[in-house]
Amino acid sequence: MDTKKEELYFVHNTPVPETPAPGQKPEPWQQTQMVGQRRARVDGYERVSGTAAYPSDVILPKMLYAAILRCPHPHATVKKVDTSAAVKMPGVHAVISGMTPATNPVWNYRTWEGHLKKSKLFDPHCRFEGDTVAAVAAETPYQAQDALRNIDVTYDVLPYVSDYRKALDTGTPNIHAEGNQVGQPQTQERGDVAQGFAEADVVLEETYYTACEIHTPLELHGCLANWDGDRLTVWESTQGVYAVQATIAEVLELPLSKVRVIGHYMGGGFGSKGDTSKYSIIAALLAQKTGRPVKLFLTREETYLATGNRPSSHMTLKAGVKKDGRLTAMEFTAIGASGAYPAGGTSLLDWLIKDLYTCPNVRTHTTDVYINAGPARPFRAPGHPQCAWALEQMMDALAEAIAMDPIKLRLQNIPDFSQARPGNPPYTTTGYKQCLEEGATQFGWQQLRKKYAANKKDGNWLRGVGVAGSSWFLGNGFGPATIILKLYADGSVNLNMGASDIGTGTKTIMAMVVAEELGIKPEAIQIEHADTGTTQFASVSGGSKTVPTEAPAVRDAAITVKRRLLEMAAEDLKSKPTDLSLKNGKVFIKNNPSKAMPITAVAKLKQHHVIVGVGNRGPRPTDKTVIPFAAQFCEVAVNAHTGEVQILRFLGAHDSGRVMNRLTYDNQVFGGITMGIGLATTEKRVLDHNHTGKMVNRSWHEYKLPTSMDVPADMQSVPIEIPDDVANTTGAKGLGEPVTIPTAAVVANAIYNATGIRVTETPVNAVQLSQLLAQHRKEG
Amino acid sequence: MAKNKKPHRGKGVTRREFMTNVSAGAVAVAAAGTLGAKDAEATAVIKPEDMVTIDLQINQRRHRLLVEPRWSLLFVIREKLGLTATKFGCERGECGSCTVLVNDVPLYACMMLAMEAQDLKITTLEGLMQGEALGPVQKAFLEQDAYQCGYCTSGQIMAAEGLLRKQPHPSIEEIQTGVSGNLCRCGAYPHIFKAIAQAAKAR
Ligand code: FES
Ligand code: FES
Repeated sequence: MDTKKEELYFVHNTPVPETPAPGQKPEPWQQTQMVGQRRARVDGYERVSGTAAYPSDVILPKMLYAAILRCPHPHATVKKVDTSAAVKMPGVHAVISGMTPATNPVWNYRTWEGHLKKSKLFDPHCRFEGDTVAAVAAETPYQAQDALRNIDVTYDVLPYVSDYRKALDTGTPNIHAEGNQVGQPQTQERGDVAQGFAEADVVLEETYYTACEIHTPLELHGCLANWDGDRLTVWESTQGVYAVQATIAEVLELPLSKVRVIGHYMGGGFGSKGDTSKYSIIAALLAQKTGRPVKLFLTREETYLATGNRPSSHMTLKAGVKKDGRLTAMEFTAIGASGAYPAGGTSLLDWLIKDLYTCPNVRTHTTDVYINAGPARPFRAPGHPQCAWALEQMMDALAEAIAMDPIKLRLQNIPDFSQARPGNPPYTTTGYKQCLEEGATQFGWQQLRKKYAANKKDGNWLRGVGVAGSSWFLGNGFGPATIILKLYADGSVNLNMGASDIGTGTKTIMAMVVAEELGIKPEAIQIEHADTGTTQFASVSGGSKTVPTEAPAVRDAAITVKRRLLEMAAEDLKSKPTDLSLKNGKVFIKNNPSKAMPITAVAKLKQHHVIVGVGNRGPRPTDKTVIPFAAQFCEVAVNAHTGEVQILRFLGAHDSGRVMNRLTYDNQVFGGITMGIGLATTEKRVLDHNHTGKMVNRSWHEYKLPTSMDVPADMQSVPIEIPDDVANTTGAKGLGEPVTIPTAAVVANAIYNATGIRVTETPVNAVQLSQLLAQHRKEG
Repeated sequence: MAKNKKPHRGKGVTRREFMTNVSAGAVAVAAAGTLGAKDAEATAVIKPEDMVTIDLQINQRRHRLLVEPRWSLLFVIREKLGLTATKFGCERGECGSCTVLVNDVPLYACMMLAMEAQDLKITTLEGLMQGEALGPVQKAFLEQDAYQCGYCTSGQIMAAEGLLRKQPHPSIEEIQTGVSGNLCRCGAYPHIFKAIAQAAKAR
């Protein structure tokens, strides 16, 4: 396992403060009072009343609105930018571009090998449609758009390559000086693949494609920047305020202490708001130049072009199996596209092949290429849903070829250690078997398989069921994570945490952890978070690591506060702190519960007014690896004539360690399934390879997300709860990405069960499927 | 996706008068912030003196204000009146995060000009509050956890409110159709359906 890939979201191998010290580890929770309950969110009122101020909602006096002029060509060089007409337009306060050197700072990017490459904020070499060319600040967004239209840019239009499968062909234009290959192709091998195939009873090979997806969170990307002298404050819709702070400080050459980034609420990111973008710098520069606060939120169209994507992939998988269900060999070759800059076009694409199933002989080979299109960004479980699309369809096909139930084939090949990580560390816990078995029982797998084997027909509709499983390469969290907890004299609490709540319910879970330890109501907890001016460092919320990172630190802080409180109360109760316990806002003597006092009566607390506890994330196990597992099931009906697919119901069985909040847990499961249904059936970036190289479907009308009509109302969440006490002191593993990994493959397998047709290319759609059905009828 | 029924027009300018007031280029700008290649036709710009006074009736309060004819109702509600519960996800009628009630019918505020909204009864999420207390649909959304990031939520609640005003006892299909013009990228749909069913019972 290369550490480089672990750095997708966070700092790795950095010495960080960790508590508790070895030997002081708190006992794992046994029976919890609060954790695991169904709790509505602590910030729910703000969200449903409209009082939550998202970054796009913030309005300041004298505020201006900015807009960015973007390159309309997939590949071009900017020769000249004439802003003379634009600056004179009504309401316009400033126009900046590559022609204004004072507002064109260095903007470096990293090659995939980690070398820094120098570039500029407004780089004259535009490598994708949507690259940044100029920007305007004006009194209204309307006037800003008017001004953009009056900027006259002279471009040298260059030949482009937009089809990633042709990027390395001879004669294609080079996007970077070194060519169109991003770094070196990655090859990993274990065992003897040729020998493995020779031993197999059945060998199958298939090529699979997944289309490029765009994140499109509902809140647009953007920020509001405001200067007070030399101090900059930025309200940004981001997954990590500290990441934004670091980039702005570096680019504008400011000390961190002068850059404050606030992101109390944010309207979704899914990985696309983990990186810092040029727009944050542009807003800051325009605000500085005009001496006014500047709000810069992109248009929806811009977010399609320039704020990341899940790259398309072309994968060939060859796999061998013995009649008894043992996998003997797998060979996986894939190509994916970073886009116009190095961005991990094949990152983690082969992970499941290497790690999910026991297989002694495996070879993977991945190639990442440049194309003239927006750069990729991590998208909920990078690489994994694509890989599952291939691997989990292959498992289905292998099972059929050896006449074995697909669940049984999977059960037969479950490892209890990681085959892909160096040293083959064992998993702390693995609930994959239970996910498959318990999920199958609750879904009614056996009965439905039998029923549809006998008769699939239901009028014009064909019915079928499918299953697929997965893991996510990272289940634990780790430092740095620092929490400050204050217990006030009236028994209420302030929780101070740097992490963002990106919609997963982080704040609520942290409040529940505090409530669990201190025996108070979550409502009595005030949370201060995601503000570099007032909270402690936290890494970007992503990678399903926020709960396993922050929750143990919160628990640690709460335990520290509790210890101090019990010491104080022991003086009042004439007892030893270790004989005391906390419940319902009261301190009581464990073996004499009638002797109790309210927290508010503790004399020392009254004198001190506050107890402050600091908590850090504890060390993570070094000899074991922490991985969440999943199995999902669905039932579909396919119209035999029109190819329409109806997804009738879905079930997700997930082992993500301890369930922290059952209500938000289920919500995550359903949300992940919904996004997976998008990958399977609706989402695809279309580039016009032949004529313009431009993106064709840059709107939600043409690039379809699943709507309320495309998801089954009947979704079921079956938690496989195995608290992982080795992973961390709360027993929780990550949940947010595992929930979307197997979904698309489940749909494909169900369609196969219903129709006998293997759809190898996403998105499955009626046109494609009706053709395949017609062909199938002819051949059949 | 279309929200049925257009509200009847108020006293303001007619569409024809409006079109002669505003250059075609400016209308295009209002409809969508397009990427900015220079467009010869787009140079005509409304001058400040072209601003018009309008009366808006929002959450049972009258607002008299000066607007450019091309300003959308959404822009005025959010950026001029500061009623930021109404969100913007696209400003071109694709997502529903700007949904408000216009004479009790859920409509996209980004697809209506502020001028057109004169004398219509407009309700935003803030208008469903009873002082600091949540209305029944809001309460159901809170209890059922019918959101994740919460950005589509105002729009979902307004669509649900509009549905329940028209059909107090919706079936699950009617609920699904009722919010089909409101995208939720977080995929909180199953909980949204439950919340609406709960709110229908509670009303
Ligand atoms: S902002 Fe109005 S529909 Fe998207
Ligand atoms: S809750 Fe995030 S888009 Fe609906």
